[in-house]
Amino acid sequence: MFGWLTQTAALSALNLRSLPRRPGTAAVAMSGIAALTGVFAGVLSMASGFEKTMEGTGQEDVALVLRSGSTAELNSRFDGEQANVIRFAPGIARDAAGEPEVSAELFWIVNAVGKSSGTEANVALRGIQPNGYSLRNNYRLAEGREFTPGRFELIVGRGARNQFVGLEPGQTIRFGKTEWLVTGMFETGGSVFESELWCDVNVLQSAYQLGNGFQVVRARVDGPDGRLRLEEALGDDQRLSVDVWSEKQFYSDQAEDTAALITTIGLPVSVLMGIGAVFAALNAMYASIAARARELATLRAVGFGSFPTALATLLESVVLAFLGGVLGCAIAWFALNGFQASTLAASFSQVVFNFAVTPDLLARGIVAALIVGLVGGIFPAVRAATAQVTAALREL
Amino acid sequence: MARQLIRLAGVGKNYRKGRELVRVLEGITLGIEEGDFVGLMGPSGSGKTTLLNLLGGLDKPTRGDVEVDGKTISKLSSGALAKWRASNIGFIFQFYNLLPVLTAARNVGLPLLLTSLSASQRRKHVNTALQLVGLADRAKHYPRELSGGQEQRVAIARAIVSDPPILLCDEPTGDLDRATADEIMSLLQRLNRDYGKTIVMVTHDPRAASFAHRVLHLDKGELSKKPVDLH
Repeated sequence: MFGWLTQTAALSALNLRSLPRRPGTAAVAMSGIAALTGVFAGVLSMASGFEKTMEGTGQEDVALVLRSGSTAELNSRFDGEQANVIRFAPGIARDAAGEPEVSAELFWIVNAVGKSSGTEANVALRGIQPNGYSLRNNYRLAEGREFTPGRFELIVGRGARNQFVGLEPGQTIRFGKTEWLVTGMFETGGSVFESELWCDVNVLQSAYQLGNGFQVVRARVDGPDGRLRLEEALGDDQRLSVDVWSEKQFYSDQAEDTAALITTIGLPVSVLMGIGAVFAALNAMYASIAARARELATLRAVGFGSFPTALATLLESVVLAFLGGVLGCAIAWFALNGFQASTLAASFSQVVFNFAVTPDLLARGIVAALIVGLVGGIFPAVRAATAQVTAALREL
Repeated sequence: MARQLIRLAGVGKNYRKGRELVRVLEGITLGIEEGDFVGLMGPSGSGKTTLLNLLGGLDKPTRGDVEVDGKTISKLSSGALAKWRASNIGFIFQFYNLLPVLTAARNVGLPLLLTSLSASQRRKHVNTALQLVGLADRAKHYPRELSGGQEQRVAIARAIVSDPPILLCDEPTGDLDRATADEIMSLLQRLNRDYGKTIVMVTHDPRAASFAHRVLHLDKGELSKKPVDLH
């Protein structure tokens, strides 16, 4: 039996063939849905790009020791003596020379001018110790040379250099009362460290009169249970009140909060645009069936059923939405994928990240477009199916 | 004597126009034999097209029954009516109602999409129908590339392609010049005479009505008893 499936296929083919006769309404529907998909994919790609940057930061075998209760490096603090206690605690790996693989660091916020905005923004100036380089597995000096310990010199991450003015190797830049020479540019595999400037921790202490203070101790742990042993040892020590984090977990937790914030702000915009796109689709489909009222009535008179007519109308809406969705995804992909931006992260400094338009995210954009097409097509489909054939046949 | 193919018994049709009840047809009792060619005339608003729609199962009467070939179609569901129309009725409209995005052949083949015929069988039927209306050489032309008369021929080919026993024509020559109208009427006459199609045709044109075996006159929704003067 040739049932509604064959009829739906035939009617759908007819509807789609007639699309070029209605370029205006079809374009309105498609562009509305494309805009929705573009914004939706844009917001998600921002969140996913930020998460990717943060989650690409940190290693499982590196522990971060922060003052107890601190959720960011910025609000942690130790004195030099405490840092030394941590340095020689059990659970920390030693290098070939038998020295602990530790870097006691300062995380200081300075102001730099954004290249695109022209306004000042917070940038992290990190003071590190010599082991600070090797504790970042992906560290690579890409340009110039490393800073000389004891001098007002610094190296800049690739992201920081791209986003802020005055950070080219060879340039000098003033932070507060101190002038710093940029000696080189480094990479860390796209991680959050690339948003930072690094200098000698002792120079940073003296530049900002921080005494012998530190904010974080970074240490490579010795074996799988190294962090646990370190945590137990430091927990038992009356001189300290600290938390020990896995470096990877620390950055991953920070990513979640900011990504959730981006999504929370971006999704309502997408929902509003989605509602607009539903009306665009609705309008296009009503216009479509109004323009073809007599054709549809003729087909029904010939013997095509009302259910296949409704399904074909719905399918036309979904096809339009799909095309709009693909267009929106293409725009998002070409305009945003890899686009570099920076945002204030939980560390209160700017984190530079790349928008990541992933296949999964594109699929979600297409699904959103299809939902819009489906919702926008329902009422026109019902109208197409229930329109009075006799009245439509009389229309000129 | 030919058997009665269509029978209407006490058929009435009302429409509601806002709060007002409009009686379009009243007490129509009518029999049409197989192979008959009936003209339906009357002033505008007399209910001609409504009657045609009731015969074709596009509408249902408010009162009475419409019976075609022993089946009371006025009691069928809309889905069943659609199926019934596909195999029993060929419609021919004043403005042809061809689909502009389809070629003549594809327009003609539309009703066959509702059958179980294969693609090659459908092509064969379409060719036969187009040959019958004298437009085999225009199969690949789009409606915009055809004259009004040719378009109506394509519409007639579409109406007969699935070989329905009944053709319902609503002002088939209303949009055509005299010479072309005569050609179309001759074609309908041939379909009636040579192929046994039962034809009911609504027309305002006495000349077109003269091709019918008999002409019924509708006035204010009722069939007139007096004979129709075509001159």
